[in-house]
Amino acid sequence: MIPASFDYLAPATAAEALAALAEHGDDAKVLAGGQSLLPILRMRLNAPEVVIDLGKIPELQGISEDGDHLVIGAMTTYAAVLASEAVSTHAALLSKAVATVADPQIRHRGTVGGALVHADPAGDVGAPVLALGAELVIAGSDGTTRTVTAEDFFEDLFTTAVGEDELLTQIRIPKHTGWGAHYEKFVRVSHQWSIVAIAATVRVEDGAIAEARVGLTNMGATPLRVAGVEAALVGQPPTDEAVRAAVASIADDTNPPSDLNGDSGYRKHLATVLARRAVLAAAGA
Amino acid sequence: MTRITVTVDGVEYFDEVEPRMLLVQYLRESLGKVGTVIGCDTSNCGACTVHLDGRSVKSCNVLAVQADGHEVTTIEGLAANGSLHPMQTAFHETHALQCGYCTPGMIMQACDLLKDNPDPSEQEIREGLEGNLCRCTGYHNIVRAVQQAAGAMREGVAS
Ligand SMILES: Cc1cc2nc3c(=O)[nH]c(=O)nc-3n(C[C@H](O)[C@H](O)[C@H](O)COP(=O)(O)OP(=O)(O)OC[C@H]3O[C@@H](n4cnc5c(N)ncnc54)[C@H](O)[C@@H]3O)c2cc1C
Ligand code: FES
Ligand code: FES
Repeated sequence: MIPASFDYLAPATAAEALAALAEHGDDAKVLAGGQSLLPILRMRLNAPEVVIDLGKIPELQGISEDGDHLVIGAMTTYAAVLASEAVSTHAALLSKAVATVADPQIRHRGTVGGALVHADPAGDVGAPVLALGAELVIAGSDGTTRTVTAEDFFEDLFTTAVGEDELLTQIRIPKHTGWGAHYEKFVRVSHQWSIVAIAATVRVEDGAIAEARVGLTNMGATPLRVAGVEAALVGQPPTDEAVRAAVASIADDTNPPSDLNGDSGYRKHLATVLARRAVLAAAGA
Repeated sequence: MTRITVTVDGVEYFDEVEPRMLLVQYLRESLGKVGTVIGCDTSNCGACTVHLDGRSVKSCNVLAVQADGHEVTTIEGLAANGSLHPMQTAFHETHALQCGYCTPGMIMQACDLLKDNPDPSEQEIREGLEGNLCRCTGYHNIVRAVQQAAGAMREGVAS
């Protein structure tokens, strides 16, 4: 199938895009890489009157460093993230997670910003962005800019803090230089969305875990971070036994979905197994 | 209608398209490049894979207007001066197709893979072709074809 008819705008700046959003309101939809939006339009699950393409706005693309932060433009593709030495050095967890998204063709088009705003609970970039304590920069059509934490960004299934007349412009990630990282994604067949995945990054010092960040994919309506487990990992040696005990409660307060791939209880069990594997791999054990 | 300028298989086209037209539709219906095929409605199968500015994309998941100002290479643009691309030769020689429906996309994606990794392992080939489905061959001969082409292309560069 093909999309219903729409008018197409390709602004050259973020300000122009925001002005177009203000003018057309909820009749308009923003197009990033199109890897989620175009399937939606083709299935006619949505039929906006105006599509605003962000693909010709250079200021929204690219990766830079700002002191102790990594700054990723919302329109930066997965492929650009994977090619970036800055990301693999300072936010290895994001590189590891992005490498598991879909397939090479989709990674050439799909963008980090598009994935975050789409906020599919099975999407692979939410959990690492949350675990890394990122901040999201959102621009409004009134010319203002606000910054929200990843905790406040993800509100519900397919729902974020980005309003209808707003754009996500940047993802700011505190550098985690020297931290080990692993994204453990569980799928039945290749090229599948996560049934459950765990994003783990740890700093090991003198043979023990000194700091840990753990994010969960598809264990609820939004990506989750479990502070209790992160605290329990601190001071532990990266051994099977110690990590198994520290992550045992990881699924306790979660409410994962039940579907054809497994019921909620199965997902809770999976989360404990995958968390152990992810933390051990991140610690290089 | 929206005006676009796009280069396809080395030829520049100036056209007017409906914004909702998919790139694969533009290639097939406007330009008659039916070598690129459509195998699914969900952007899963990879049969429609082409190169956009030298990198693989699923042309059913790109709008024609998004290709404005860019360069597209399809399976029809791969053979140079009438001789098959080494990847095409390898698919032919190793019997890497049965019905052939997945072949244009497989070949385009395999060429993309070798750009990043000229000497991939069997596992890397399977992962690199993750977004391309074949319902006939069981993939085994496709992997062999990519290995053979990779060898031929490395020799070609060396000589
Ligand atoms: C076959 C297939 C398999 C896939 N497998 C996976 C997988 O395994 N894991 C995974 O994580 N994802 C997967 N995806 C989804 C993929 O990651 C999408 O690329 C991504 O979810 C959306 O990014 P995009 O740039 O393509 O955004 P688009 O599709 O262009 O946009 C998505 C949504 O975000 C909005 N939007 C985009 N950018 C902005 C912005 N800057 N500001 C405000 N709103 C914005 C759009 O209006 C739209 O509603 C798959 C997709 C396909 C087709
Ligand atoms: S037709 Fe494009 S992926 Fe199937
Ligand atoms: S040869 Fe028939 S689908 Fe691959």
